[in-house]
Amino acid sequence: MKGIEGLKAWQAAIQEQRDPDATWIAVCAGTGCLSQGAADLAAALREALIRHSLEGKVEVKETGCRGFCEQGPLIVIHPEGIFYPQLKAADAERIVSETILRKQVIEDLLYQDPVTGRRHIHEGDIPFYQKQMRLVCRLNGVIDPTHIGDYIVHGGYQAAAKALFEMEPVQIVEEIKRSGLRGRGGGGFPAGVKWESCRNAHGEPKYVICNADAGDPGAFMDRSLLEGNPHSIIEGMIIGAYAIGSHEGYVYVRNEYPLAVRNLQTAIERAEAHNLLGDNILESGFDFHLKINRGGGAFVCGESTALMASIEGRVGEPRAKYVHTVESGLWNKPTNLNNVETWANVPLVIEHGADWFSAIGTETSKGTKVFSLVGHVNNTGLVEVPMGITLREVMFDIGGGVRGGRHFKAVQTGGPSGGTIIVDTTGAARPAEDRDEHERGPALVPESLIDLPVDFESLTEAGSMMGSGGMIVMDETTCMVDVARYFLNFLTEESCGKCTPCREGIRNMLAILERICDGRGQEGDIDLLQEMSDTVADTSLCALGGTAPNPVLSTIRYFRPEYEAHIRDRRCPAGVCTALIEYSINATKCTGCHACFKACPTDAISGEVKAAHVISTAKCVKCGSCLDVCKFDAVVKQ
Amino acid sequence: MDIATLDKLCDRYAHERGAIVELLQTIQTEEHYLPRDALERVSANLDIPLSQLYGLATFYRAFSLKPVGKHQVLCCTGTACHVRGAKRVVDHFRRVLGIEIGETTEDGLFSLHTVNCLGACAVAPVAVIDGVCHGEMTAANVEKLVRQYRSRSGE
Repeated sequence: MKGIEGLKAWQAAIQEQRDPDATWIAVCAGTGCLSQGAADLAAALREALIRHSLEGKVEVKETGCRGFCEQGPLIVIHPEGIFYPQLKAADAERIVSETILRKQVIEDLLYQDPVTGRRHIHEGDIPFYQKQMRLVCRLNGVIDPTHIGDYIVHGGYQAAAKALFEMEPVQIVEEIKRSGLRGRGGGGFPAGVKWESCRNAHGEPKYVICNADAGDPGAFMDRSLLEGNPHSIIEGMIIGAYAIGSHEGYVYVRNEYPLAVRNLQTAIERAEAHNLLGDNILESGFDFHLKINRGGGAFVCGESTALMASIEGRVGEPRAKYVHTVESGLWNKPTNLNNVETWANVPLVIEHGADWFSAIGTETSKGTKVFSLVGHVNNTGLVEVPMGITLREVMFDIGGGVRGGRHFKAVQTGGPSGGTIIVDTTGAARPAEDRDEHERGPALVPESLIDLPVDFESLTEAGSMMGSGGMIVMDETTCMVDVARYFLNFLTEESCGKCTPCREGIRNMLAILERICDGRGQEGDIDLLQEMSDTVADTSLCALGGTAPNPVLSTIRYFRPEYEAHIRDRRCPAGVCTALIEYSINATKCTGCHACFKACPTDAISGEVKAAHVISTAKCVKCGSCLDVCKFDAVVKQ
Repeated sequence: MDIATLDKLCDRYAHERGAIVELLQTIQTEEHYLPRDALERVSANLDIPLSQLYGLATFYRAFSLKPVGKHQVLCCTGTACHVRGAKRVVDHFRRVLGIEIGETTEDGLFSLHTVNCLGACAVAPVAVIDGVCHGEMTAANVEKLVRQYRSRSGE
């Protein structure tokens, strides 16, 4: 295949073979839907099609993640675009016999808006999708990631062809700079500036790397992009490599993402087979080879120098960055590293131009950002929104608010390096500087926080950071001291141990938080935590230690009264810290239904049927099973 | 993994710079742990000190130096899972299986590990057994799953 013409001819040939009016079914086969039975559903649909002699006429396509994981497993029937969520394999027969054969929409399978009660036929009418701007994710859920033809027919690799045949490398760098594209991995460094530094750096060969090891717990956008549209990342890397002058690239991907590894491997092989990767791409004279490196499950390897050490076959320990990796990175050669989402944005910028891209977003944060909206929110899933949208819009308009009618408490962004910010409707907390020192009662919350625009600068100012895009919503049942303890525990395990402030500092901060959670907190612990935070942040070698105190500092900043309740009153207001809570049964409410008796794993509950039950505090392990099963609000946690 | 396969694997990676982590990954995937004799063979074949391999094997979470159970239970303790009760799920597995995190049951059927994030955050809390992802885990689910896998093994 040669040049843009060759690519377009291929695209036209595929288009010609495909009937635009043909009926086909897109089954979401992202990890979320698969865990809810998407594979069985796809098999059942295929069987039903065979029963109705429709095999070969109606295609069932397993696509990447559509984002609305909460409603999985879900399908879209094309060309009408009929959206059916929360299906079971047993629904397959009806779908084929009624919707496919008779073109009838099945009312009770449609999505029902929990607020208005209205049912919607098309994805685009659902509030979850309405405020989104799906650019990077536009083909997720539309194409079969294992079929390169699906990507080609949607104009795939044409941005790479444009770059190779119509643009000079310097021009590409300028275009990326002008677009304002910033790194989506967390730091937000301007991608074009990084490319330029690497391009101008001395030393050959140069390398490009895709960081798909951003292991921020609670963030799975990279996984979805790699699983659902791996070619877009390969295409972005070809463009970047050409602009920088590199002929060799690596994708360092988490081993915990087996499907992503598999789909990417297939994509690389297909691209190579079609002369879109490897030697003399599209006969342009440009060579680029791409390899996959599976990570070893070490969080610190999301840090660029640790990641490069890992590719070199060493333990993933970071080094001090007096010399940047663009000067001396992998095997001490100039190396340009960007994350998955950044690379996936590159073909868009080249295809539509810097002006188009920079028109989206805010003054300093351009384009869109993909967030993994998870935790105590109604519509969990993957959402792509323009930069500058407010947290309120993301969490309430798209996310549908907090689950189970409970109160919103906080949202955590930026992973373990980020902060827990934004409060609340309960008045449990506000920034300390806004609060009278002796005031403990509920108070109004600054509206500005929940209406905070989502962009790099605003989140950092609020004491958190964008990170790779995890957005974990927490309701009133979340203990903020426990959250801080959780993150430090995570970071203690993940610290590589090379530098002392991180290895010892975080461990000792964790010890303090553990004693607070155990009800053994001491006066002065909060001040000590703050003091240690400064030292760890200032003296750690890499960002893992440098940002480790963020979750502690931000929870103290916004939830100080909760810390004080643990320390002074030996009380966990959210009822999470097991050392500080006790379960009991309210005898007047208990109907003696015996459900808790059966649910208790340690036989701590006694009582006859139809008589009030009792919990033995000596045997109780505080697992909460009784609270879960009680339908009469008789189980009390305090 | 027999010696011939291992040697072939070493040959494949011998000329690739830095591929040692990949090689260990392959052994781990096959054997579910890194047997000592395999590491000694790799060390001899590729002229890499055994201590260096030990360093890698103990640094990266993906590697295990101990054999694991027939069924591997991986509980996600990522942030999204944590706020939706991952600790309770882990505790239930510990109770039902009678082992601590990182251990294997006496009958060799189950081993229990935690992982920081499996990327299935939207259906938290999540547990993965033998590569199959189970979302929205509850205490009741834990017992049901363990029963299922036990009966599948004919125990």
